Amino acid sequence: MNTKVNICGVELKNPVMTASGTFGSGREYSEFVDLNRLGAVVVKGVADKPWKGNPAPRIAEVYGGMLNSVGLQNPGVDYFIENDIPFLRQFDTKIIVNVCGHAIEEYVNVVKKLQGQDVDLLELNISCPNVSEGGMAFGTDPVMVEKVVNAVKREADKPLIVKLSPNVTDITETAKAAVAGGADGLSLINTLTGMKIDIYKRKAVLDRKIGGMSGPAVKPVAVRMVYQVCKAVDVPVIGMGGISNAEDAIEFIMAGATGVSIGTANFINPTATVDTIEGIEEYMKKYNVSDLSEIRGIID
Amino acid sequence: MKSVVMADVISMDHITDVICDLKISCPAIAKEAKAGQFVEVYPDNGVNLLSRPISICEINKEEGSLRLVFQIVGKGTKLFSELKAGDKIRVLGPCGNGYTLSEGKALLVGGGIGVPPLLETCKQLKGEKTVVLGFRSGSFLADEFEKLGAKVYVTTDDGSVGFKGNVVDLLRSENITGDMIYSCGPKVMLKFLSMYAEEKGIKCQVSMEERMACGIGACVGCVVQIRDGDSWTYKKVCKDGPVFDSKEVCW
Repeated sequence: MNTKVNICGVELKNPVMTASGTFGSGREYSEFVDLNRLGAVVVKGVADKPWKGNPAPRIAEVYGGMLNSVGLQNPGVDYFIENDIPFLRQFDTKIIVNVCGHAIEEYVNVVKKLQGQDVDLLELNISCPNVSEGGMAFGTDPVMVEKVVNAVKREADKPLIVKLSPNVTDITETAKAAVAGGADGLSLINTLTGMKIDIYKRKAVLDRKIGGMSGPAVKPVAVRMVYQVCKAVDVPVIGMGGISNAEDAIEFIMAGATGVSIGTANFINPTATVDTIEGIEEYMKKYNVSDLSEIRGIID
Repeated sequence: MKSVVMADVISMDHITDVICDLKISCPAIAKEAKAGQFVEVYPDNGVNLLSRPISICEINKEEGSLRLVFQIVGKGTKLFSELKAGDKIRVLGPCGNGYTLSEGKALLVGGGIGVPPLLETCKQLKGEKTVVLGFRSGSFLADEFEKLGAKVYVTTDDGSVGFKGNVVDLLRSENITGDMIYSCGPKVMLKFLSMYAEEKGIKCQVSMEERMACGIGACVGCVVQIRDGDSWTYKKVCKDGPVFDSKEVCW
């Protein structure tokens, strides 16, 4: 039985990784799961300078999921290089750095600083709904997507994955634009924009009013988008959006995903990543799947 | 490795219509727990997915149990209020830092559902202790603080029990002081309490609350503004707190 997958030339021991922003840089969850078991750790967004993030409340629970408006609070790329890379390198797992910025120049600055650093892949975050400049503003316009991907790709010395926003009419357009700009792989979906109102206080629950929705409730939307994107482009896709267990992960693989990320489920079950890996192995054994390529993209 | 444990419900009683008194058996958590820490309790109904942070009211290390006194504020806590002896619930903890207990005259100040974590704190404090509890209307747990040998004052917004007014009004009118304040309650109460502490030169620890998702410092949802030199930074209630030095907080 082979659970290994290849993402843009990097071999992962299994397809299961973490969704950026739900797992920090692995420190907190390393107390609950053995990071050596994971295919990769996708770290929380890293910017060229420290970002404070948005005011609280940043979290709201919704039916079958949650909203967040954290706003990419992070200590910056210098801190990341000094503290988080050495921490993660203690473990036998791949490191995928989620790169965020307000402007093309900021994305490029991060990627330049990561040149020569001991990380495996880069994930370009052009889909965060919680920042007023950059983020999703880049990720919803195919022309901008191609432009920013192209600028970052020129400075990247690692394969570049582009994380797509689901908040578009046709996700295959931004997917194709990212590939045209030089993306080696794609990851999707980032959160869906959403809102919750406290009818007793007569105000929005989130301080920023609008946030990003995640959790099991978004999964059918994510599976659909992964399926469409895998049909439209020829690069590896990392699927995510509401994955809580192996059954969910296998759905994404059958829709065409090479890798799968666990996000919000970590908050509900801190061992969700390892539970998913074990569940995939059990499924493979039970249904005689010797390699995940046998079930990848089998939905025509 | 840490883990989420399946705790057994020992008992679940109502103190009032909305204040519940839940006792759970979870030896691994009870063994580690300190005064002022909290646990995350998961509703596990398939709809309300996030765990609810609930302060630890009492720790019984011999029995391996925790007492959680919480208020029904939404669907998750409503679900917990319906638990019965013998039921099981998923619990994560202990979470957060807890109070730093010091010698000298202790002043414990709680507001509403901020009162419960002060009970274990009061139990562990050895010296002279004064307890000031504020409620909107009515009161709970006051007698239990008295049993611990504390001098207890109760104040209510509507005057239904004890003094009429807020806790800071009471502190001023009775000129209550001490060497260290241990407090938990609504942010506005903590703000005015910290001003009182500053005026009187009393050290003050405040236990804060914010909406959180993970409870372990990963999601960065539950932030409060904390002073950082001339500037400020967002720190996490779940991991850096919930207890902060009142002088650190940007009120």
